[in-house]
Amino acid sequence: MNSKTQNKIAIGGLYGIAGLVVLILLALLGYILVSGVPQLSWHFLTAPGKAFLKGGGVGIQLYNSFYLLILAMLISFPIALGAAIYLYEYAKDNWVTTTIRTAIEILSSLPSVVVGLFGFLFFVVKLHLGFSILSGAFALTFFNLPLLTRSIEDSLRTISDVQREGGLALGLSRWETVTRVILPAAVPSILTGVILSAGRVFGEAAALIYTAGQSAPALDFTDWNPFNISSPLNPMRPAETLAVHIWKINSEGIMPDAKAISSGSSAVLVIAILLFNFAARYLGKRLYKRLTSA
Amino acid sequence: MKEEILTTQDLHLYYGDKEALKGINLNFDEKGITALIGPSGCGKSTYLRTLNRMNDLIPNVTITGTIKFKGDDLYAPSADTVQIRKEIGMVFQQPNPFPFSIYDNVIYGLRIAGEKDKEKLDAVVEKSLRQAAVWDEVKDHLHESALALSGGQQQRVCIARVLAVSPEIILLDEPTSALDPVSSSQIEATLLNLRHDYTIIIVTHNLQQASRIADRTAFFMNGELIEVDQTKNIFMNPANKQTEDYISGRFG
Ligand SMILES: Nc1ncnc2c1ncn2[C@@H]1O[C@H](COP(=O)(O)OP(=O)(O)O)[C@@H](O)[C@H]1O
Ligand SMILES: [Mg+2]
Repeated sequence: MNSKTQNKIAIGGLYGIAGLVVLILLALLGYILVSGVPQLSWHFLTAPGKAFLKGGGVGIQLYNSFYLLILAMLISFPIALGAAIYLYEYAKDNWVTTTIRTAIEILSSLPSVVVGLFGFLFFVVKLHLGFSILSGAFALTFFNLPLLTRSIEDSLRTISDVQREGGLALGLSRWETVTRVILPAAVPSILTGVILSAGRVFGEAAALIYTAGQSAPALDFTDWNPFNISSPLNPMRPAETLAVHIWKINSEGIMPDAKAISSGSSAVLVIAILLFNFAARYLGKRLYKRLTSA
Repeated sequence: MKEEILTTQDLHLYYGDKEALKGINLNFDEKGITALIGPSGCGKSTYLRTLNRMNDLIPNVTITGTIKFKGDDLYAPSADTVQIRKEIGMVFQQPNPFPFSIYDNVIYGLRIAGEKDKEKLDAVVEKSLRQAAVWDEVKDHLHESALALSGGQQQRVCIARVLAVSPEIILLDEPTSALDPVSSSQIEATLLNLRHDYTIIIVTHNLQQASRIADRTAFFMNGELIEVDQTKNIFMNPANKQTEDYISGRFG
């Protein structure tokens, strides 16, 4: 067999595999959307759930998902940004840096159930935070931090060293070069990474089951005092998210329309994550264009 | 008699154990253009980068000897690299404008230094871009991204960016080697305009370029300064055999 036919066979095989992956993905997405989208309505997206009766919605869970996401991002983004800047712009290549990198690598490959159980033992039990948004946000931070740090570090890596030299040669200090030249230049790609990781956090269930809890107490959307238990802003209340909700309905849901609610919730989750991804691409491209062209 | 603005004495530089500069003695008068020539790998860039302490950024570099800028030791413990780099600016081989507007590129150094007066900034932008001979080409789109410009325009914007912080010395490391011939000659014209007001030190591997623009030329080889003299002497009547061989294209 000559190398030309070998090449053709190899390429054909690769096309086949790629096609198969796309097919599986489309089938999955199609199944979730086809069975879920008919369940969606304004009522479904905004109404609170019902434990025993049909006709409940996922309004609270949806809200909880976003609130947790925002809290987790508020905690993890500054830390990840600092860590990435330190690692990429300042740290010398020695064993300390290598150890930190390895630790991040390991953290990022930790199964999220383990993160969840750690969060349960440490935040919920040890620190007496209970099943709460705060416990959940901390657990998500653990889950998110390594991924975000790596993605920001990768963003910094895309900025060429000639830019750093340009800043320094202009008499900017190291810190000014990082904050005034490198970071602004890296914003589009950092933003893309943040939104993509937001998508992952949004769909996370295992890390939250034992930290943010599995119940969604009714919320009073007119009460914005974070110290009141029914306030949507209260960080100490238990908060089931959409992803946890799906898991829970499927394992122990007893409402008559459990199947429909599960399908509807899955569709909402998938659509939200798709939106995150498209938004990431779109915003990243827009910002990059604004920085680089007329 | 002109003042010597920059002096190097017995300058050695080691990358790890590797000696890249082997005792350079070379001084620069105020104003005018000095070209550094020599085969690639002979240490021209290394030497140039010791002059504004850009080699500090590379790990495992050891430098011995003395470099004085207006009489002050550039490597004294009290020396402020940030200040030094404002007074001794640098332009690189690859044009490296920041991914911002042309205007922002030019005033970047000043703005970070805290200058806010819009009128003053506008004036500096125009003056620097005029000095860098690129004003007419960019004056109508100052607020568009510098990355949208051609390579030659980008390089002149980079020169303007350096001029905006009013340096005394400008170091250029093969500033035209990534550019087409037309852009290159525009940069050369720019430098010829600047030579009355600034001390310019340019590394070039283009001998014609050196002969066209430089008042003085220094020939480096294997980490040593072989010969330095008025450009026309180096090209017409070199004192050293190695210089002659290099100039006449026998190696390198
Ligand atoms: N960062 C570095 N680390 C180790 N060696 C280097 C480094 N930069 C340059 N060198 C070496 O130092 C010598 C001089 O390099 P350089 O100054 O770049 O030469 P030129 O600019 O004349 O071509 C070369 O042998 C080169 O391999
Ligand atoms: Mg070089």
